[in-house]
Amino acid sequence: MNKKIRILIAKPGLDGHDRGAKIVARSLRNAGMEVIYTGLHQTAEMIVETAIQEDVDVIGLSLLSGAHMTLFTDVTKLLKKKKIEDIIVLGGGIIPEQDIPKLKKEGISGVFGPGTRTEEIVEFINKNVKK
Amino acid sequence: MYDKQKLESIKKKENEWQKNKYKKITKNHPERKESFENLSGIGIKNIYNPWDNKDLEFFKDIGFPGEYPFLRGIHATMHRGRLWTMRQFAGFGSAEETNKRYKYLLKHGETGLSVAFDYPTLYGYDSDHPLARGEFGKCGVAISSLKDMEILFDGIHVDEITTSMTINGPAAIIWAMYIANAENRGINRNLIGGTIQNDILKEYIAQKSFIFPPEPSMKLIVDTFEYGFKEVPRWNTISISGYHIREAGSTATQELAFTLGDGIEYVKAAKERGLEIDKFAPRLSFFFNAHNDFFEEIAKYRAARRIWAKEMKKLGAKKDRSLLMRFHTQTAGCALTAQQPEINIVRVTLQALSAILGGTQSLHTNSMDEALALPSEKAVRIALRTQQIIAEESGITNTIDPLGGSYYIEWLTDKMEEETYNYFDKVEKLGGVIPAIEKGFFQREIAESAYKYQKEIDTNKRKIVGVNDYITDDEISIPILKMDEKGEHRQINRIKKLRKERNNQKVEKNLHRLKKAAKGSENLMPYILDCIRSYATLGETCGLLREIYGEYEEPAIY
Repeated sequence: MNKKIRILIAKPGLDGHDRGAKIVARSLRNAGMEVIYTGLHQTAEMIVETAIQEDVDVIGLSLLSGAHMTLFTDVTKLLKKKKIEDIIVLGGGIIPEQDIPKLKKEGISGVFGPGTRTEEIVEFINKNVKK
Repeated sequence: MYDKQKLESIKKKENEWQKNKYKKITKNHPERKESFENLSGIGIKNIYNPWDNKDLEFFKDIGFPGEYPFLRGIHATMHRGRLWTMRQFAGFGSAEETNKRYKYLLKHGETGLSVAFDYPTLYGYDSDHPLARGEFGKCGVAISSLKDMEILFDGIHVDEITTSMTINGPAAIIWAMYIANAENRGINRNLIGGTIQNDILKEYIAQKSFIFPPEPSMKLIVDTFEYGFKEVPRWNTISISGYHIREAGSTATQELAFTLGDGIEYVKAAKERGLEIDKFAPRLSFFFNAHNDFFEEIAKYRAARRIWAKEMKKLGAKKDRSLLMRFHTQTAGCALTAQQPEINIVRVTLQALSAILGGTQSLHTNSMDEALALPSEKAVRIALRTQQIIAEESGITNTIDPLGGSYYIEWLTDKMEEETYNYFDKVEKLGGVIPAIEKGFFQREIAESAYKYQKEIDTNKRKIVGVNDYITDDEISIPILKMDEKGEHRQINRIKKLRKERNNQKVEKNLHRLKKAAKGSENLMPYILDCIRSYATLGETCGLLREIYGEYEEPAIY
């Protein structure tokens, strides 16, 4: 039996731009996934704690403030520290091209910028989550 | 506007034309789409004729610029008399870097300043607060004390240029810094001009950089209204903003309705305090978005002026000055594409054009690179040049409200007004603006529209050039703004030094007095000013209010 993919959509830091996060959350839910949305102003500790509690397969981080290099990698570092290796972390928002390789090196598996079709994210998750 | 008989004959002729001509042709050569609608989902007909304006009365509904109902413009002379203020929203990194950017923009012909603050500042935290981690100077300039404000405006004539500041939760505190800085430079506060955004309702609804719960937030806002008309009479103490509502995904109609609804709410709050409407209303200002649907945007600005004038009359305003819906416009950030960024210049030109044809008082044009990062010098200069080309070369400013009387524009203006009143009714049934926020009404309406818009793009129902059609594989090759990496370090050292060197006894005393006053109902502006003058930081002043007022938490709905 196929278990539903569980995903946490999270807004780290102080950024209030939640349009993208909400659209992605809704699109993933409509694609048959279990979606938990944290709401705004989350610290890395809060995000990782929720991810553990909710037993998610994926964490989707959204940030449009430009603080992604610090705040996205805070999450992946904390996961590493806690030896959690089976959660895929994705990022979206206003992210300049040159930051993408650095983010990938830090454990952000997929980065989705402006203009991404929501199905691309669905496909990426379906392909990368081990069921 | 037309006699009844003539209208009937036009209608009759149109019906014939639709049936015998249009339908016949489209039978063999169908239209490009099954239906045509604008971004708000309003169905658009193939042609508009006088019949579509049959209920309009010229003097009552249209009239002349500078006269009620101000549909055609708030001033008699509009852009023939004075061009709009070219005001580019700017701020990044430290106060030093942003000061340099302001001087660059002024050198290239900008006529007003507009400050973008970073997230810690927007939330009332100093740059060394733990929650400021990673955010320093990222999407605006970091301002933690009067010291930073002094650097930000160093060498800029704050008595000559007007400054708009996008600040909401801690608006009163940041405004106090601006006032104190001017006064320290020997400029009387009654000479400075500008705007604080100070619009907390749209923060709860869309932009989400709120601090305090609604009640104390509204109290602080009314404090600024009162202090403003008494002490800083050239200052707009609020900029009631639809911009962020639109950016969060609303339609143009929702932007119009929710913004004006917020405006009415502020007027009611100030009246409840006992302020005289004709004293504070002339300093209320507005801020709208300019999105892609050209005519819809123009109709929106026109409708906004007429509705506001009507509503202000109903609320008891007597002076003409109180009826004017004065507004700033920014082109839509959410309409920019990261793909083929150069083509954003064209988008922005069209959007800017709609704002100017709609009679804006002030305009920001986005830079082509803003879907990628904050704008580089070259990108922002092109954006500014776009306004200058429209102003100087296009001839658009030669006459006032050139689209007035267009059957289509007048019909659409009327339609948007009607839909706005429908929303007013809905909100009233929910108990007013604040109860509707607490019930998540606006948030859900916006999320719904945002989702629908995205799905239309995903399914190619709505084409976006460079995103879902006319795609190229070219690599993006425009330079991205680089910030001074030492800025954060410099800023944190500055705060530490300040906390050590200032007269801390005086700071404590002023903070204590503010605390006492905040527990009562006095106007807090004089107390906040005293704190700021003695170099209490933003974080200290705002933190104290946080302790007393508590913080707003929103339900996470998607």
